[in-house]
Amino acid sequence: MKEILLNPQLWSATLAMATPLALPALGGTFSERSGVVNIAMEGIMLIAAFFAVLFAHLTGSAWLGLLGAIVVGMIVAVIFAWAAVTLTADQVILGMAINIFASGFTAYLLNTIFGFSGTPTDTPMLPNINIPVIKNIPFIGQILSGNSVIVYLMIILIFASNYFLFHTNLGLRIRAVGENPEAAETAGINVIKLRYLGVALSGLFSAIGGAYLSIGLLNSFSTDMSSGRGYIALAAMIFGKWTPFGSFGAALLFGFATALSMQLQNSAISKNIIMMLPYILTVLALVGVGGKSVSPAADGVPYTPKK
Amino acid sequence: MKKLLKSIYMPILAVIIAIIIGSIIMLVTGFNPLSAYASLFIGAFGTLPNIANTLANAVPLIITGLGVAIAFDAGLFNIGAEGQYWIGAIVATWIGYSFKGLPWYIHIPFALIAAMIAGGLWGGIVPGFAKAYTGAHEVITTMMMSYVAIYFSHYLLEFGPMMEKGSVPQSPLIKDSAVIPTILRNTQLSYGIFIAIAAALFVYWLMYKTVWGYEMRAVGFNQRASKYAGMNVPLNIVLSLSLSGIFAGLAGAVQILGVQHRLYDSFTSGYGYTAIVVALLAKNNPIGVVFSALLFAALGTGSQYMQLNAQVPGQLADVITGLIIFFVAADKIIEVLKSMFKKQKKEELAS
Amino acid sequence: MSALLEVNNITKIFPKVRANDGVNLVVEEGEIHAILGENGAGKSTLMNIIYGLYRPDSGELKFNGEVLNLSGPHEAIEKGIGMVHQHFMLIPVLTVAENIVLGAEPSGISYNRKKANELIREISRNYHLEIDPDAKVKDLSVGLQQRVEILKAFYRHAKLLILDEPTAMLTPQETEELFGIMRNLKKQGISIIFISHKLDEVKEISDKVTVMRRGKTVGTLNTKETNEQELANLMVGREVVLRVEKSEYNPGDVVLSVKDLTVSDEQNIEKVKNVSFDIRSGEIFGLAGIDGNGQTELIEALMGLRPIKSGIIKYNNNNIEKLPTRERYKLGISYIPQDRQQEGLIMKFSVADNLILKEYKNSQYSKNGVIQYKRVFENASKKVEEFDIRPTDYNLLAGNLSGGNQQKIILAREVGSNPKLLIAVQPTRGMDVGAIEYIHKRLLQLRDEGSAILLVSLELEEIMSLSDRIGVIHNGVIMDILDGKFATREKIGLLMAGSQIDAKEVEV
Repeated sequence: MKEILLNPQLWSATLAMATPLALPALGGTFSERSGVVNIAMEGIMLIAAFFAVLFAHLTGSAWLGLLGAIVVGMIVAVIFAWAAVTLTADQVILGMAINIFASGFTAYLLNTIFGFSGTPTDTPMLPNINIPVIKNIPFIGQILSGNSVIVYLMIILIFASNYFLFHTNLGLRIRAVGENPEAAETAGINVIKLRYLGVALSGLFSAIGGAYLSIGLLNSFSTDMSSGRGYIALAAMIFGKWTPFGSFGAALLFGFATALSMQLQNSAISKNIIMMLPYILTVLALVGVGGKSVSPAADGVPYTPKK
Repeated sequence: MKKLLKSIYMPILAVIIAIIIGSIIMLVTGFNPLSAYASLFIGAFGTLPNIANTLANAVPLIITGLGVAIAFDAGLFNIGAEGQYWIGAIVATWIGYSFKGLPWYIHIPFALIAAMIAGGLWGGIVPGFAKAYTGAHEVITTMMMSYVAIYFSHYLLEFGPMMEKGSVPQSPLIKDSAVIPTILRNTQLSYGIFIAIAAALFVYWLMYKTVWGYEMRAVGFNQRASKYAGMNVPLNIVLSLSLSGIFAGLAGAVQILGVQHRLYDSFTSGYGYTAIVVALLAKNNPIGVVFSALLFAALGTGSQYMQLNAQVPGQLADVITGLIIFFVAADKIIEVLKSMFKKQKKEELAS
Repeated sequence: MSALLEVNNITKIFPKVRANDGVNLVVEEGEIHAILGENGAGKSTLMNIIYGLYRPDSGELKFNGEVLNLSGPHEAIEKGIGMVHQHFMLIPVLTVAENIVLGAEPSGISYNRKKANELIREISRNYHLEIDPDAKVKDLSVGLQQRVEILKAFYRHAKLLILDEPTAMLTPQETEELFGIMRNLKKQGISIIFISHKLDEVKEISDKVTVMRRGKTVGTLNTKETNEQELANLMVGREVVLRVEKSEYNPGDVVLSVKDLTVSDEQNIEKVKNVSFDIRSGEIFGLAGIDGNGQTELIEALMGLRPIKSGIIKYNNNNIEKLPTRERYKLGISYIPQDRQQEGLIMKFSVADNLILKEYKNSQYSKNGVIQYKRVFENASKKVEEFDIRPTDYNLLAGNLSGGNQQKIILAREVGSNPKLLIAVQPTRGMDVGAIEYIHKRLLQLRDEGSAILLVSLELEEIMSLSDRIGVIHNGVIMDILDGKFATREKIGLLMAGSQIDAKEVEV
């Protein structure tokens, strides 16, 4: 056991596994703080993952692939926002609909565009970055350096998100809208617009997370490669009490469990038991163990402006 | 009759719109929608074995769908039907291979009932109580329990207590006395179909003719008025989620005893989430669930055939499914479109 | 000096209701102007129009000499109109400062906490509204929360402050503090519109008072030149009450006995204070009062829907304070709730199913858990005919019936079970004359058959024409219990508004 914990591979894998969770979790924070439950992040990640590969292949540039993924992801997010915020349809059902659609649509396109042999093996990948001085530090260097550029982007986004949400005026307004949209409206704030913004941001982050899966970690797309990360991200967000740092911490925990289970291939403690832990912890968090995890008061409740 | 037509017109419209959009997608990607849909239909209903397999596919969807519908009727989202299905499957498998010398009329009911209880507990204890007494949202709790169930099954099968001797992560075969026999040879259709239909009739009776169904629906429609009428709201919440889990567990058991005959190590049965879609389209009506399940089962078997014969990727079925649900959920779109039409007409008349 | 605010002939019509009908109002600078009226008089509608939340259908609004065409509250705020709603528009998890500056944050992208706090401290000082900008609103008392609302208005440079029933949630001390603040503001030239139904407060703090009734302004007086009686008269009117034919009053034994009942709400504020009264069989006891004076909490306590703080509730001489709601129904108590759609009916259930909402577990309707629909339909058919519920198809969903017919379903269910005690809250709200007549007839019939009825209504006419005895509740206290035959609108109006004047001294 000790050898496993002291293996830097474990910890860099933790970071790598946490990233596709932390990004949608971060996005979910924006959405839910503005009052919209975005279950569709799973689907957005998947669609983004596919289009990242597609655009990267077509343009020969991984960066353009990332950009393309973001654009498509945000389009889906806006459609979701329209149905959920403007049409006030049930957010959970809509989310599930988008996820099912995404699963089928990406697999369908995969087969029709690339055929049954899968995405081309020469698809460009996003680069890993080796940080000059840090990479030479023993143990820590191996963890902090050499990660995908997305990982570093994520770290920046976490800090930026925290600042944005809790230290800017716009962030204040978004939070107000998710707690008491009526009060926000009387203060002259456009509730609908801000909710669209929250959802769009969740789409943006989920798309980056999806792109990371297909052209950051690997360079291919396979059906259903998001494997429920969008849902787990929601759990991480709840566990992290709807804050950027909390979500990241929770994502690390989940990532750690996954990484650990990969190392424990043939040991006494079944990896599957380890894998269960994050989910059990989330249920405990929801039930109030360790302090009540309170969601934004108006989360998931559609709002119709007065007149 | 009129009432029936009125209530199914929206779902049917959603299906039609989804099919149309599916056609557009096919056209854009170079396929002929007509031949695609034709082979889809043949794959589902074209030959007797196909029909049998479609029906077989419908069995778990009907039963799990019923479970999800019960929860929806009570105003609750049981997204974790998948996990409850697994628990039912695990229990049924274990009972299936662990007991020898039992006659089938004891062995099968034993396995089924145990699976139902297990599923019911999985849905009712944690998510049910959590929701009833702490307000924890059942979407997340049931989903989390799903993952726990799946990993639990992996633990059991991958060099765990339920693994068959050898190197393949699967359980031992269940005993012959636990097998639900096949109706048509070389198909997957077992007598489980009758269990499914019986379940649908039972749920219909339960929800619409008994005191418990009355209370669950009342609580699902209006918690406040139910409280004012003297009903115990938290109890009904726990009951609904438990009942929902019972049926999901039954579905898993029937699938094991009737089709698979052992537990395989896999990530998803594919039925848990589709069941949600089945229930939504059927608007939670138990009889509607049967037809809705048939539709999605047909999409499933048909799409495999379609893939082989028309070269259209089978995942088109998921695309259509997603679209159907999107339009069922956003049914206000229809109203918006209607009012846009009316407005246009008014302007035309005015000018 | 021209007036700060001029409301000229404002009319606002909602479906079926003229909320404001040719309303006129003039408020000068530095004036505290009270708006007095019963429920439904149109006060809130008028304020919402002035604040830009509603658009008037006709009429003119002038502020500071400028005609206003408000597209929303943000515009009203820009012009200098601030409003403190009765139900605060605050966000509990945010701080005082964040709540105040929300929507008009000190410039920049970042939230400048220092600047915001500075600004707030300055306003606090200027207007003597002490507050800690960093405190979280959820940790504040109601009085302080209200202060935050007032500060919100002054942060936005309000010249006119509208206070909607500001003392509804305050303790007497907090009320005094508020009045002190108001006097200070007046000295600084701020105008205040003060909506109330409490005569004593109006008398104490206002310079002028405008009385509204049924959407119209019926009089504007200098507060010093009028008295409580005159105001009460204007508030409730002197119309002749159409009394329904009542048979002799022959009360029997005491059915319901309430002694020293005290009930608190979720914020632990006492809403019902030491209330005592008895109701006998064969009697209609009317509870009159303006909405929000404790009636809701009292009724919920009687029905077991809300825990009581102290006191005794006796039904047929048995203590029922701890009895669950369903048991109370079983004992023969029936309840027509205030909100028929949210509390009394399940809109998506059929008429027949709604008719057995309280009794579905009884042996006559269910055997071994199975509902005997034959009996249910028999009952439905009978009730539909007896109570003239239309349409007569009892399989229709309740949500498809008109409001009047929905109420009839509830009536059929609650009255049709021949209760020993019927608690009816607003039984004829929103119904047409014919339906109202019918319901009144049924209530009287019940009374004649020996039931005890507790009638809670905001309609004075209804109370006066039906009740044998009338209790008036104000601020959670029963001000007095009057004999139905000798109670006049003036007397009741005074009591409803909290006046302590002895009923005997009032001219009839």
